[in-house]
This record gives sequence, structure tokens and C-alpha cells, in this order.
Amino acid sequence: MVHAQSLTKKYGDFTAVDGIDFEVAPGESFGLLGPNGAGKSTTMRMVGAVSSRTGGDLSVLGLDPDTHGPQIRAQLGVVPQEDNLDAELKVRDNLIVYGRYFGLSRAVCAARADELLDFAQLTEKAQAKVDDLSGGMKRRLTIARALINTPRVLMLDEPTTGLDPQARHVLWDRLFRLKEQGTTLVVTTHYMDEAEQLCDRLVVVDHGRIMAEGSPAALIREHSSREVVELRFGSTRNAAVAAELEGVGDRIEVLPDRILIYTPSGEDALEHVSRAGLHPTTSLVRRASLEDVFLRLTGRSLIE
Amino acid sequence: MSAPSLSTSPTTAAPVAAPHRRAALYVAEHQFRSMLNYKWTVVMVGVGTPLFYLLGIGLGLATLLDADLASGPGGPVPYVVFVAPALLASATVSVATEEFTYTVMSGFKWRRVFWGINATPVEPGSIVSGLVIAVAARMAFGSLLYLALMLAFGAVGDLWTVWLLPLVGVLGGLAFGLPLLAYASTLKDDNGQFAAVQRFVFTPLFLFSGTFYPLETLPSALHWIGWISPLWHASELGRVLSYGAVKPAWVTAVHVLVLLAFAIGGWLIARRTFTRRLR
Repeated sequence: MVHAQSLTKKYGDFTAVDGIDFEVAPGESFGLLGPNGAGKSTTMRMVGAVSSRTGGDLSVLGLDPDTHGPQIRAQLGVVPQEDNLDAELKVRDNLIVYGRYFGLSRAVCAARADELLDFAQLTEKAQAKVDDLSGGMKRRLTIARALINTPRVLMLDEPTTGLDPQARHVLWDRLFRLKEQGTTLVVTTHYMDEAEQLCDRLVVVDHGRIMAEGSPAALIREHSSREVVELRFGSTRNAAVAAELEGVGDRIEVLPDRILIYTPSGEDALEHVSRAGLHPTTSLVRRASLEDVFLRLTGRSLIE
Repeated sequence: MSAPSLSTSPTTAAPVAAPHRRAALYVAEHQFRSMLNYKWTVVMVGVGTPLFYLLGIGLGLATLLDADLASGPGGPVPYVVFVAPALLASATVSVATEEFTYTVMSGFKWRRVFWGINATPVEPGSIVSGLVIAVAARMAFGSLLYLALMLAFGAVGDLWTVWLLPLVGVLGGLAFGLPLLAYASTLKDDNGQFAAVQRFVFTPLFLFSGTFYPLETLPSALHWIGWISPLWHASELGRVLSYGAVKPAWVTAVHVLVLLAFAIGGWLIARRTFTRRLR
């Protein structure tokens, strides 16, 4: 569906996307994971055929965005990072007006709008004003709008940023249904849990480059241990204690507020710690996550 | 939670071909729907402006004027006949100062709807065209109302050519409005620029480019204000059509050409600035 090779975007001297390669297969749910400013949105704009590339090759649905922008956009659904619903129109009218841009007849737009309102659980809000919707509802409406043309690829740029946990789960549920129905998804996110929930495969991007690629599970397997122990000794003592813990687990990382021990078995590591006579103020054993992969790859936290 | 199924391909599948040709009309359709939100403003402004001006000037100011300001082929014409075509033109220009400023800022920044349209097959140039169509329609509507009231007030001379007046109104409005649209589309923020356009461009033109008195009344050092003013060219053109203001044919041709140049030039630049911003 999407094929990118050495894809590059420069703005003057600044290189936003620095020669990345990736493929998205039909029916796949593909993620771009990275901190703010990593080049995710720029990549999405190029794939969405609204920004031309500076270098490299890009084909979307078998077409070159430079020469077939409108044909590509006709088959994409785009959920932008920042909602751009028309607050002057009612909820249902937002869908109808948008469908017209794809050349759909008013009757088709209306039928499709009702179907999508149902899907987005907004049927009761059909005649409401956009401004009266909650953040999560607006996001669902934006997704419904992006589906009005039955796109072959649905692109979502940070779909749940700024939503409360409940709203995120409702949204994930909807996206998961689309995935089950075979819709190809391209998602950017800086949330690990979102990437793990939604993506079959993802690339970790930083500074416009791909740092790693694979399924969430494979990435964790490859770049992290199975479990992680988080210990807190107080910010002033962490570094000193970490020195004493050397040799425990596969690897130790000292963050300003806590120590992370990467290990196949968290319980064993904890036992080591207490045998060494160290008593953390809090301790936690958890499964490794993509956050750990990201920390490992870049030495930085994801959300900056 | 219910699990409504969603058709992903059946009868409602999207056409693969990009609907290029009608794209501008879809944008215009969207704009019309938005205008319905302020339909009463459109109607009240459309009816109120001519009504108040024609009443105030026709019943008030005109009764104080002894001098004949203008004449048609049949001799001097009443003041209200002289002033009405210019008022009609300034009404459409006034619509332009509203629709080609705040609407544009809203599309790029406040409501961000242009970015939404940008993700569809519609190209930036079609967004410009669609806006122009919608605003031109509003101008035509306002001009027709103006003309109807002019007829009611007996503020027209030649009943044969006056029907073209709305056309001049739209042309004048676009000649002023499209360069403004081009300018507005380069702005990232409204820091009072639009209010400044109202105060320091529209109002001076309204007062100094031959709306209420012939341009020649002003000292010759100020005549240039009229020459560069789309409003003056539209007013003069309107006078030719409304009561047959006497002037050489080439002058009339110049009015048309200047108006077209402003409108087309503004349109082309606006297409470029929209494209640069959205792509």
C-alpha cells in the first residue's frame, strides 16, 4: 500500500525526515513511534500526498504522490493531529460536506453519514454542534469523517493525544474494529501503550531516522529484557545505589527519579537487591514495554 | 457496547478517479452551508445598507444640494441617481472586506477547515475558486437587492442598461477583494491587520474615490487615489450603465480592464499563496 525508500524531507537546512525506508502491506496496521519532532507528521504529510518529498522514492497505492496527488487522496482517510472539523456545521453535516469533496452524491453522503455516526457512536449527536462535543467525541467524528470515502488506507496522526483514558479506550475499540474488518491503518503516536494496542508492526523514529523496526513484541524481545524492575531510593541516592547493584540483571539504567533493572526475572533481581541490604522506598516489577525499547535506543524518554 | 458493522466496500465505495472539475463547486457548497449560519446578517446587510443610504441621501443630503454634480445624455441627473451606483459598488467591496479576510483566517487558523479540505482530492487552487464562487454569489445577491431598492427609489436613469449593474458590483467587489484574499492568505495571525484594512484602505477609498462627489472635485494632486481604486473604477462603470454618464468609450474600457486586472491578478496570487501554504 505504501512503499518508501530513502524518503527525505528538508526545510532549508533542517532535515525533518532523513532517508527512511518502510513498507505498509494491505490490511496491516503500521505505526510510526517517536517523540515530538521526530519527523512522524512530516512523513504522514508526504504519504498523504499534501507535501512533496525532497528526495528518495515514495509510492502510495501504487501511485507517485508528486504526480497523482488527487488520485491518491481520493483513496485515503486522514485523521490529523489537530481536529479541523467545521464548528459552524452540525455533526452530521460535517460528514456530508466532507463526502462531497470526494465526489459522492448527496444521497450517498447522507446514507454513509448515518452509517458512520452509528459506528462512531454519535448517532444521538447527529444534530448537535461540533463545539458541544467532548474531545473524545470530536476525535471519533474526525475518524468517521475520514472514513466517508471508504478509504483503502486510514492514516491517523496521534489519534488519542490529549484524550482522557476512558475516551482513549473507546477510540481504540473503534480502531480495532476497523482493523478487524481489514482496513489498513497507518498510525503515528508517542504513546507506547497505543502502539502496542494498535500496531502489528512499527518503526521507531528519532531525528528523522528509523532506529528500529518490527512488531511490538519483537522489538521488546530484541532491545529489552523480559521484565523490568523499577526502584526508587530518592533522587539523591539513586546514582550511588546503582553502583552497588552492578551485575544484577542484564543491564541497569539510572534515570533522575528511579533505577531500572532489565532482567529475565524481576523477582530474582529484587531478591538480589534485598540480599545486598538495600531497601528502596518503592519497587515495582513489570513487563518490558516499548518505552524501554525507546530508552535503550535513544537514551531518552519518549514524550519530551 | 454495540458493534455496528461498517461497510468497507459495497455500494457506497468511493470513486477512484479524482473529481477534479467540480471541486470548486463542492467548496462553494460548503461555504454556502456556512453562510446559512449568518444568513440573517447577509440579508439584513443586503437590505439595510441600501435602504439606509438611499433614504438618508435621497431624502436628506440630496435636498440640500443645489449644484448639478453629474449629467447623462439627457442632461443633469438627480444626486441620488449619481451616487447610487457607487453605493452599490461600495456595498460589494464591503462584503469583500469581510469574506476575504476573516473567512480566510478562519479557514487556515481558527476552524482550520482548509486543512481538512486539503486532505481530500481537492487542490488548493479549487479552494480559492470555491471561495470566490461563494462570495461572488453573496455579492450578486446583495447587488440585486440594491438594484431593486434603487429602482424603488427611482435612483436609476437608463432602464435598459441598469440590469448590468449587479455584474459591475460583483466585478468591483472581486477587484478589491481578490488582492485582499491573496494578502489574507499570507497571514498567520490576525493582529489587527483586517481592521486596519477596513479603516485605512476601505474607508479612505469610500470617501476619496468619487463615491459621493466626482473625483474631479478633489484637488488634482489627489486624483491618483481614484485611479488606483477598484471602487472608483466600479463606480464610474456603474454610472455609465445606470444613467449613461457621458464619457469616451476608451475610458469605459479602461475601467473594465483595470477591474479585470485587479481581480485576475489577485486570483492568481491567491492561488499561489494558498498552494504554498497548504502544500
